Amino acid sequence: MKTDTYIHPLTNKEIAAVWALMEEVCDPEIPVLSIIDLGIVRDVKIINDAIEIFITPTYSGCPAMDAITIDIKLKMIEHGYKNVKVTHVLTPVWTTDWMTETGKQKLNEYGIAPPKKSYDASGTMPNCPQCNSGSTKLLSQFGSTSCKALYQCNDCKEPFDYFKCH
Amino acid sequence: MNTLINQPTNQPTNQPINQSTSQLINYTLHLADSNLILTQRNAAWCGHGPILEQDIAITNITLDLIGQCRNFYQYAAQLINQSTNQPITEDSLAYHRTEREFKNSLLVEQQNGDWAHTIVRQLFYSTYQYFLYEQLQKSTDTNIAGIAAKSYKEVKYHVSWSSEWAIRLGDGTEESRKKMQTAINELYTYTGELFTPTEYEQEMLKIGVAPDLAMIKQSWLTKIYEIFEEATLSIPEKVFMQTGGKTGTHSEQLGYILSELQYLQRVYPGAEW
Repeated sequence: MKTDTYIHPLTNKEIAAVWALMEEVCDPEIPVLSIIDLGIVRDVKIINDAIEIFITPTYSGCPAMDAITIDIKLKMIEHGYKNVKVTHVLTPVWTTDWMTETGKQKLNEYGIAPPKKSYDASGTMPNCPQCNSGSTKLLSQFGSTSCKALYQCNDCKEPFDYFKCH
Repeated sequence: MNTLINQPTNQPTNQPINQSTSQLINYTLHLADSNLILTQRNAAWCGHGPILEQDIAITNITLDLIGQCRNFYQYAAQLINQSTNQPITEDSLAYHRTEREFKNSLLVEQQNGDWAHTIVRQLFYSTYQYFLYEQLQKSTDTNIAGIAAKSYKEVKYHVSWSSEWAIRLGDGTEESRKKMQTAINELYTYTGELFTPTEYEQEMLKIGVAPDLAMIKQSWLTKIYEIFEEATLSIPEKVFMQTGGKTGTHSEQLGYILSELQYLQRVYPGAEW
């Protein structure tokens, strides 16, 4: 997820500016995460006068995608970009492994246990984001949004959301 | 529009679609329709689940299903538009077609019944989706392969959720086991159709778009046997398998589902939020 190097070198600075702006667009359902933290911005291209931003859904039915598309356009308009296109791409398929380390840290501080890396997800339980205990139990594989599961800490007894590995 | 989608190969249209594209459209619609109809069925549980967590679980599964079917409908609409210049959208495909044009399998249109019926229906369908999408990721059609790769990850959770419920209820109390076995006995007759290829599936198999259903059937049976063994449940023997849904001949259930699903768009065409 780096800037597109096929583009004429003169435009690279502008592309970098767009990537930086995307840091200011947040997931409407988890407002502590930017869409960069979430790893859903796949590419930025400048084609003629238009800027095309490619994003990929976390889950097929994620209702936040429409809101994110609008938020991206608003953010760009706010900074004077008029000709903006947001394109949804399905492949390669999004994985929680694309979430940034900063993003995971922000999630944990917010009270949502961050996803484990997909290669070591099986069998290991998420740590409690409140007391950091490793002794937790699954209450339900499905939680308040498509991307979360519901867990409870065996030590502090606090229920918490886990951003499930995907 | 309706004529085009219903019998694309025989009916004259102003701009005829070639045979292989029309079968690809049929196949994509079949994948979308089964998800849409199960979505409409499952959505009736919203606010009525046995406990809050399970109410949330079934509606989350359903959200995944509708997301997947939107992807398939968008692709089908794109194929139709490219071939005919007709203003078809994902919405017109969902809201403006009649029973005979829907290509969903009979299994997904069956009534919710009790929680056991809903779980068994979900288990049968999700397990089928799991093995189907696993293979579809290798489809020669890159759009279908992409949608399948995305959906496959979601369906894994659906299979694990519904199989855990099957085991909990099957190997639960005498009452829960009885209800599960009744649901299996009633719904098993609709599973044969999943693995009985239609003309469009055969055509898609030839060009590598769709997988061989015989192979999917083997994997499906193995998995279902494994779950049922742990759940102390059994598959009924010598069952007559119903077919027809995938080619538009449905049980009496579908008309009622569509009349509810399509009511608003039929009465107020083009209405938006």
